[in-house]
Amino acid sequence: MRLGRAFRKRRELRPIADRTDQIKPHDLLLYSTQRNEQVRLPYFLEYYRDKGVGHFLFVDNDSDDGSLEYLAEQPDVSVWHTRHSYKKSKFGVDWLNWLQFRYGHGHWCLVVDPDEFFIYPFCDTRPITALTDWLDASSIKSFSAMLLDMYPRGPITEQPYRAGQDPMEIACWFDAGNYTMTKNPDFGNLWIQGGPRSRVFFPENPELAPALNKVPLVKWNRRYVYASSTHMLLPRGLNQVFDEWGGEKASGLLLHAKFLDTFTTKAEEELKRNQHYAASVEYLAYAERLRDNPELWCKWSEKYINWRQLEILGLMSKGNWA
Amino acid sequence: MTVGILMLVHTAFDRAEQVARHWTKYGCPVVIHVDADVSAKTYKAFAASLADNENVKFCKRHKCEWGAWGLVAASQSAAELMLDAFPNVRHVYLSSGSCLPLRPVKELVDYLDARPRTDFIESATTADVPWTVGGLDHERFTLHFPFSWRRQRYLFDRWVDIQRALRIKRKIPHGIVPHMGSQWWCLTRQTLSAILQDPERETFDTYFKRVWIPDESYFQTLARLYSTNIESRSLTLSKFDFQGKPHIFYDDHLQLLRRSDCFVARKIWHKAHRVYDGFLRDPEGAIKMSEPNPAKIDRIFAKAVERRTKGRTGLYMQSRFPNDGWENGMTFGRYSVFHGFSELFEDFETWLSKTTGAQVHGHLFAPERAEFSGGQKVINGALSDSPIARDYNSIAFLTNLIWNTRGERQCFQVGPRDEGAPVWFLAKDPNAQISVISGAWALPLFKSNRNFSDIRKEAARLQKLENDQLWALRSPYAKARVRIWTMAEFIEAPMEPLQSIIDEIGNGAPRRLSEAPRMTDLSGFGQFLQNLKNQGMHPYLMGDFPVDTLENEQKKPPRKPYLVQ
Repeated sequence: MRLGRAFRKRRELRPIADRTDQIKPHDLLLYSTQRNEQVRLPYFLEYYRDKGVGHFLFVDNDSDDGSLEYLAEQPDVSVWHTRHSYKKSKFGVDWLNWLQFRYGHGHWCLVVDPDEFFIYPFCDTRPITALTDWLDASSIKSFSAMLLDMYPRGPITEQPYRAGQDPMEIACWFDAGNYTMTKNPDFGNLWIQGGPRSRVFFPENPELAPALNKVPLVKWNRRYVYASSTHMLLPRGLNQVFDEWGGEKASGLLLHAKFLDTFTTKAEEELKRNQHYAASVEYLAYAERLRDNPELWCKWSEKYINWRQLEILGLMSKGNWA
Repeated sequence: MTVGILMLVHTAFDRAEQVARHWTKYGCPVVIHVDADVSAKTYKAFAASLADNENVKFCKRHKCEWGAWGLVAASQSAAELMLDAFPNVRHVYLSSGSCLPLRPVKELVDYLDARPRTDFIESATTADVPWTVGGLDHERFTLHFPFSWRRQRYLFDRWVDIQRALRIKRKIPHGIVPHMGSQWWCLTRQTLSAILQDPERETFDTYFKRVWIPDESYFQTLARLYSTNIESRSLTLSKFDFQGKPHIFYDDHLQLLRRSDCFVARKIWHKAHRVYDGFLRDPEGAIKMSEPNPAKIDRIFAKAVERRTKGRTGLYMQSRFPNDGWENGMTFGRYSVFHGFSELFEDFETWLSKTTGAQVHGHLFAPERAEFSGGQKVINGALSDSPIARDYNSIAFLTNLIWNTRGERQCFQVGPRDEGAPVWFLAKDPNAQISVISGAWALPLFKSNRNFSDIRKEAARLQKLENDQLWALRSPYAKARVRIWTMAEFIEAPMEPLQSIIDEIGNGAPRRLSEAPRMTDLSGFGQFLQNLKNQGMHPYLMGDFPVDTLENEQKKPPRKPYLVQ
């Protein structure tokens, strides 16, 4: 059924630069939707090229800041344009499901937003392809990476972000130990909440805080679909990225560099467009708090050093990868 | 004399070529077996790439599937060709395309020259090995295995079940005792040719074709028949994880591999450029005669397996979310819960933190907020004191707090007012040390300036709540270290229980308590309880407080702090 949706939504996509003929059989593919993210794209592409991504597939949701043209010029990027509703396409999921159905079959596919940076065990010494080769050898088809919200110290408008800069130079703080999780019986995934967004924006109604569980890296098969953003997949077995008998499976994190100075304008714009999840309740909460220029940083915030620190803190795990 | 290398290859041909050239460059001939599943085109290209090297030969191809006979057939063909084509070979070393020599070839040759009669093959009887996949050890040799474990798992499992039910037992050929071990061996020409030219080979081959994972048992068993000197160990460093697949080495293992002094390692990731470049080059420095020493690598991989199977105690996260009862410890470490103490003693929390050095919180599950130590609003791990966020998942709140403060003992207060406290979780957690003075909730009421009818109502409510909490703590499911005193019991001799609680927390050597916390003034409390009774509300959880004894005591001046000399 969801594939059917994706199939119908394919008409909404118009290819601007189609370089999919360059995709080689073992290439790692990166999928993303973006809207007016020009300032973030240079570093984003650099980061993932360095980590071994073979080809990028973007859906551009009607940008007007030159980012579409920028993407179309990149030699390893294919980009589609759409003016249709982000909300009606299930927040981009339908579009990407279609592109994954069409080009992802048999490839490892990484689905991330332009403000998400994939961290995994040994990412300082091994490319993502080392991870996917190991997953293949272990007969593992999907890999978990929880969203870890990163934020700067001081008001978020204080340090402007320049194109090409590593966002973690500014937003280098995170919450280490305030995450809660429950099992979702319908899809068999974990539902994880917490972090600074829950702490600062949703102290009165934690149940509304955004979900942080994600399964962004999947050995794609045309039968698969993302059911809701990258939080859960179908068939259900792909959500079984956690061990239930006391052990730890290998997992990574998506460093979420959302809270840069670009965020305040973004939040207002998104609120006007009303194109986000649950009637944009998240952006409403942000807008409300953002007026007092809040500080996400607190005395117990942890400063990001490297993946080993994150694994010692228990936010991710090497599992049996050594 | 030299060493002949057999290489079983099915992928990463560029690396196989590189390694084969390395071996021949230092005088070791190589026979390569390429999996029959590899396309003719790829095979031809690979063979052509090594055509210029006359010390590299290709043998007859077999289909190699994990756990099946093909791997043995491949080794046999390759070994036969090796023995025929290279008469000056004394030891034959079986390796794979993703094996890499870690020490100069000369060192391996010298090492084997010094042990001309020794066969290096890990070979143990089934009773002595722990590393079997799928729970099949001796049955590998007594059941039939016509189905593929990888492709036909269902049939494989059912067929095993059926044979077990029918008590089918294969006969093991006369004269052999099944042995198992690593498939990567190094045998002498004498032993190897004896196995391959055995007049009974037909019988053995027929038998082993239906044994499960024969590549771990064929040579391992037959070598026992002919070898005069078996060293039961593999010269190849190859570590297996809990699923029985080999661990893979990457660039960041380079130093570790160097220091291991192993001759050959398996398996190397084919894109580990630094590892390949680092080892496939002319040897530097003097030739060493050291024994292989993989202990450090062993430890790293053993730890990885433990992490995967046991995990970190008390951690709940995206890839570790144990079912009830499978946590290997519900929380990270020991902590103490005090119930009624801060009501009975006026400075209990300060006293406790001074005496034990632990982090002492107030009522973490108070309805108003989580009373973190020092009145902090946020604590370790950015855990917030918001009561709503806390009650949203109070167990996670507790397990997070204990995890975030690893290395520092946590103590906190609980009482009947703290309705959100996960009492059942606390009761079931063996890490919890729970000390209860029941009925102490009446003290704040006794001291409060409220209308008596309100007090009476609140007393009834608290008594009921505390009773429920005690029910959990006394249940047969409780695994915590629980101590419960009625208030009357406790005030009779408070030092003794306090001493034993503190001893159990045990920071450093046990010592006598020199200072007790200051007990609140109880004069009039008996009368207060009597008043409640008179109003029809019977407080029973605090034990017996006779009206008169306390009235008598009251005539004395207020109690001084309790000092033990």
